[in-house]
Amino acid sequence: MEPLLLYPNPPPYELAQALDLAGWAWKAVGNEEESRRDEPEDGWGGAIIVAAEEGENAFAMARALRKRDQPIEPLLLLVSGAQLDELDMRGELFDDFCLTPFHPRELEARLKHLLFRAGRTSRPNVIEYGPLALNVETYQAAVDGEPLDLTYMEYELLKFLASHPGKVFTRETLLSRVWGYDYYGGARTVDVHIRRLRSKLGEEHAGLIQTVRSVGYSFGQSKWL
Amino acid sequence: MSAERQREYVLRTIEERGVRLIRLWFTDVLGRHKSVAISPAELESVLEEGLMFDGSSIDGFSRVQESDVLARPDPATFELLPWAKTDEPSGLMFCNIENIDGTPFEGDPRQVLHRNLARAQEHGYSFFVAPEMEFFYFASDDPTTKPEPIDQASYFDLTTADVASDLRKTTIHMLEKLSIPVEYSFHEDGPSQQEIDLRYTEAMNMADSVMALRMVVKKIAMDRGVYATFMPKPLNGQQGSGMHTHLSLFEGDTNAFHDADDQYGLSKVAKAFIAGLLVHAREITAVTNQLVNSYKRLNEGYEAPQHVTWARNNRSALVRVPVHKQGKPDSTRVEYRAIDPACNPYLAFSLLLAAGMRGIREGYELPNEAEGNLFELTGAQRNDLGIRSLPTSLNQALNEMEGSELVREALGEHIFEWFLRNKRSEWTGYQQQVSQWELDRYLRSW
Repeated sequence: MEPLLLYPNPPPYELAQALDLAGWAWKAVGNEEESRRDEPEDGWGGAIIVAAEEGENAFAMARALRKRDQPIEPLLLLVSGAQLDELDMRGELFDDFCLTPFHPRELEARLKHLLFRAGRTSRPNVIEYGPLALNVETYQAAVDGEPLDLTYMEYELLKFLASHPGKVFTRETLLSRVWGYDYYGGARTVDVHIRRLRSKLGEEHAGLIQTVRSVGYSFGQSKWL
Repeated sequence: MSAERQREYVLRTIEERGVRLIRLWFTDVLGRHKSVAISPAELESVLEEGLMFDGSSIDGFSRVQESDVLARPDPATFELLPWAKTDEPSGLMFCNIENIDGTPFEGDPRQVLHRNLARAQEHGYSFFVAPEMEFFYFASDDPTTKPEPIDQASYFDLTTADVASDLRKTTIHMLEKLSIPVEYSFHEDGPSQQEIDLRYTEAMNMADSVMALRMVVKKIAMDRGVYATFMPKPLNGQQGSGMHTHLSLFEGDTNAFHDADDQYGLSKVAKAFIAGLLVHAREITAVTNQLVNSYKRLNEGYEAPQHVTWARNNRSALVRVPVHKQGKPDSTRVEYRAIDPACNPYLAFSLLLAAGMRGIREGYELPNEAEGNLFELTGAQRNDLGIRSLPTSLNQALNEMEGSELVREALGEHIFEWFLRNKRSEWTGYQQQVSQWELDRYLRSW
């Protein structure tokens, strides 16, 4: 499925994390123009507009997306309880809404349902890259069909990297996107986990995760592929 | 939400991989490995509510009133056990021990380390450690005969050289599968003595890894019909087993010990940390070196420190500052050399951190570096230099610990009191024994 459009940019941290953990690809935009510039070839997979902070701009953004020749749908709105009144007379701007602070499970369920009704294939169950396959439903990973024995964090880190092949991430980014909570290790923990993942991938496939000197790590495009 | 997903990950993996047994691991106050096995059917409720058991059966867990405690598995530590047969895979998780009301149980060493790490984190520091684990392989574990190194044992005549290196290779393979990365491993100086150096990681994870390592090393040895021991000094006249431990603090992404402009490459934080280790070294020794036998290693010379000093390139010093590799400031660290592999890693790491952090908080001054070989100085010369010695017996170490407000605070009242009581009785038991050495020396002369 094509990535979801998120507004505003940057999106609230909890939202980004919930989508990452659930395995949905997304891209944040700051205005209408950017939503056209960054649009994937096959169109956006849907949109999530956060109205809880700056309601007026958010409603304007939703209106712009809906006024297009090919309106963007489904569109999920995140609003605060105090904004419920403002939804009156704006029914055409969104397909469903979710109250903030949201529960990740609720967000996930509503999105799934919306996408299903819109006839979009839901998020992919399996992320594949070369010899590597991750099933996000069953939490299992395999290389060349052989199951990998991973800890929870190793699995999440590998899933995140494999969902964004070719992209370079700093340790700080990986820490906040994958760990996302207070952890004794700080950013150095990322190195420790990368080292473990490489060891478990085995010598032949360790090169799938590359160190980008004085920046961080990237995944994929290894010379073995 | 993260905790919920972690639980789901564990339950799902157990289902998908057909895991039949889950081992729950924890440690008693002395750092001995404890394990309870449960079936997958029980796991969901154990993850939710914990597993209740009678704490009075565990050394150091007993209390006067309520003896029931809860073992609560930490799903972040879930692993599949690599040595399980393929047709019956089993999993493992480390546990935190809680009181029935869900509060941390004060007798649980893992909770002690949690508390100390959280305190360091309030100051913005994460604590990283890398131990060098030394141990011996012997032909048997029978204490009534002299330990027989497998290198020398005639029993292995054909394959002596191979057995130990093969054992080590299998061990390392297992450790890597358990997410415990090994930096180096080699045959140590003593006959049948081995060393496995672990790659640095955050201290809680490392303490778990040390527990797992001791277990894996012994298990693999046993599978091959030999015995592995982490006893600090098993052989007369041979070097003992230490656990030199490399320590560093990180602030976010940055090594807080590094300062490129300093002549030693050490930051103010590093210097105060080392000073903290030195000031409190005598107080924490009962925990870093907790056996009567530990002091046989510390008294022997070889590579074990006897005096409270620091130095860059002096292996007789208690704290050594290894020269970090050019262009690798992140590898700046200090090495604490007294500690031995029979310690409780949760408690030992807690005290090393507490001593160093005290130095930072109070702004302790770092004394001069020790130059030359300290073993060659006379007692009077050392006194002139203001060099104190480490405790030379468990008894001395316990006296130092008893007066230490730092150790009391870092360990908490429950463990502090229990440890002193337990170790006093170990010392008394030892004192009441007449040794072979005494018989050899005195029986005929007097």
